[in-house]
Amino acid sequence: MTIRLAGLTLPGRSALSDGLAKSIGALLSLSLTGLLFALLMTLIWQGANQLSPDFLLSAPQAGGRTGGINSILVSTAMILLVCLAALVPLGLASAILVTQWLASGSFPERITSYSMDVLSAVPSIVFALFGYQFFAITLGLGFSILAGGLTLACMSLPLMIRGTEQALRGVPNELHQASNALGLSTSGMLWKVLLPSARHGIAAAIILSIGRALAETAVLLFTAGYVLRMPSSVMDSGRTLSVHIYDLAMHVPGGEQRAAATAIVLVSLIILINLAVHRLLRTSEVSHAR
Amino acid sequence: MTTSSFPQPTDRRDRLLFVLCAISTLVVVALLLLLTVSTVLKAVPALPSLTQALTETNWAPLSGQFGMLAMIVGSLTVSLLALSLAAPLALILAAWLALYSPPLLRAPLRTLYELMAGIPSVVYGLWGLILLVPLVNQLAPPGASLLSAAIVVALMILPYGVLLIDSRLQSVPLTARQAALAAGLPRFAMFRAVYWPMTRDGAVKAMVLQFGRAIGETMAVLMVAGNVVALPDSVLAPVRTLTANIALEMGYADDGHRAMLYLSGVLLLLVAMLTMALVRRNP
Repeated sequence: MTIRLAGLTLPGRSALSDGLAKSIGALLSLSLTGLLFALLMTLIWQGANQLSPDFLLSAPQAGGRTGGINSILVSTAMILLVCLAALVPLGLASAILVTQWLASGSFPERITSYSMDVLSAVPSIVFALFGYQFFAITLGLGFSILAGGLTLACMSLPLMIRGTEQALRGVPNELHQASNALGLSTSGMLWKVLLPSARHGIAAAIILSIGRALAETAVLLFTAGYVLRMPSSVMDSGRTLSVHIYDLAMHVPGGEQRAAATAIVLVSLIILINLAVHRLLRTSEVSHAR
Repeated sequence: MTTSSFPQPTDRRDRLLFVLCAISTLVVVALLLLLTVSTVLKAVPALPSLTQALTETNWAPLSGQFGMLAMIVGSLTVSLLALSLAAPLALILAAWLALYSPPLLRAPLRTLYELMAGIPSVVYGLWGLILLVPLVNQLAPPGASLLSAAIVVALMILPYGVLLIDSRLQSVPLTARQAALAAGLPRFAMFRAVYWPMTRDGAVKAMVLQFGRAIGETMAVLMVAGNVVALPDSVLAPVRTLTANIALEMGYADDGHRAMLYLSGVLLLLVAMLTMALVRRNP
């Protein structure tokens, strides 16, 4: 028996399409999962034999062909710290303004939201051009960890602000009403109610931005540079893990294994960050559901 | 959310907080302006040769030849090919995830796609360099080609596409789903009659966004596209994209050359603004 509904013939043809859709979808999902594992396996197959505690702790030599990555880990950490020092206060304050004081649909709200959307779509290489021109040349910071970290912060701002916004908006309405009923000022409500209650979501936004910053390469090529030495201050040039992978793979003959070993370190960090974000967001859901 | 009447904090600490937050937000808004102005200003010296840049293919910075057409074509072909590989796959994967997959698998699969989305582009590039390029090389040398770049970029935008479409599918109202279930529709018909009409706009926007990401991608493309400045005569020919060109040449460019690179940055910025305008248009 066939029934006609919304222009579709049932069940004959659709049952067949149903079976087909189900198996094609399953097959594709399986192959994509397989591809991800192939990617990780390639890294391990190429790089695992290079890995050792010594690799993490000793200085790179001969352009990374021998030795380890200790100065690169230090540079990466310093660039991230500079980035966070600019990113967290700016992002938090902007998200507070947008959620607490800007009426949705008002001119200031629309222009803020437009700026953030466009910033999030700007290619990283354009941030590199901007960072080189503004931080390295105009502000005179040169190729330095400071210039690189600040350019990274510019790039990660939209992600940080949107994430914090979501965390603040996720705070249950009853808490707002309760604090309004108590006559709390906005700042009192923020410190005592909103920020504590949204802390997991905010932490997740920060960690997500760290992940984004860790993954970035193009932005740093002309802002932080690619000097291999151990940096002695934020005014030194420094090479991050991702820039090291690029340089080894493209400019060092036979550098692929070392590049894969460095990639294992970087991807492990990214996986840890992903797990942490999941954990934090789940905790925030649970605590809000109570 | 709060009753946000714009802005009238009365408490003194509130006023201080408001001023601080307003300054931060101004910095964020000014950042876009600053970025646009400083990139455009650096590109101004190259403006007289804009027509040459957009219509000629010979790029020889040392002898003052600045035709960017081959690289514009390179950027467009890599992104369009990547998009046409990734878009149908993303749609099928998202529809399967939302309608067919065993519920137990859904959360782990989403986590997996998020992980894929977070893997750095240099790592995708490295993987392409180690595995994909030698494979394509067996088809036709040199292996580093338009096709390799498109495959790597497709792989990079695919998880984002799946996650974006999936979130649209999940936001289909419960009442509509229940009605479809009550009508006894098979899943495929449910998708066509109920889910798809409600997610089509969102899916198209998701793909426009991914096109923007593809055209802006630098590192992975730089590592597997071959970087030869020439109009590609097949998908197996090496190409150079605008983004890769900036990354390759900024290090040693002199003034006129650098202005040209900033001009290509302005082109990329225009593409970003255009895609955002399309995505932000009301449903």
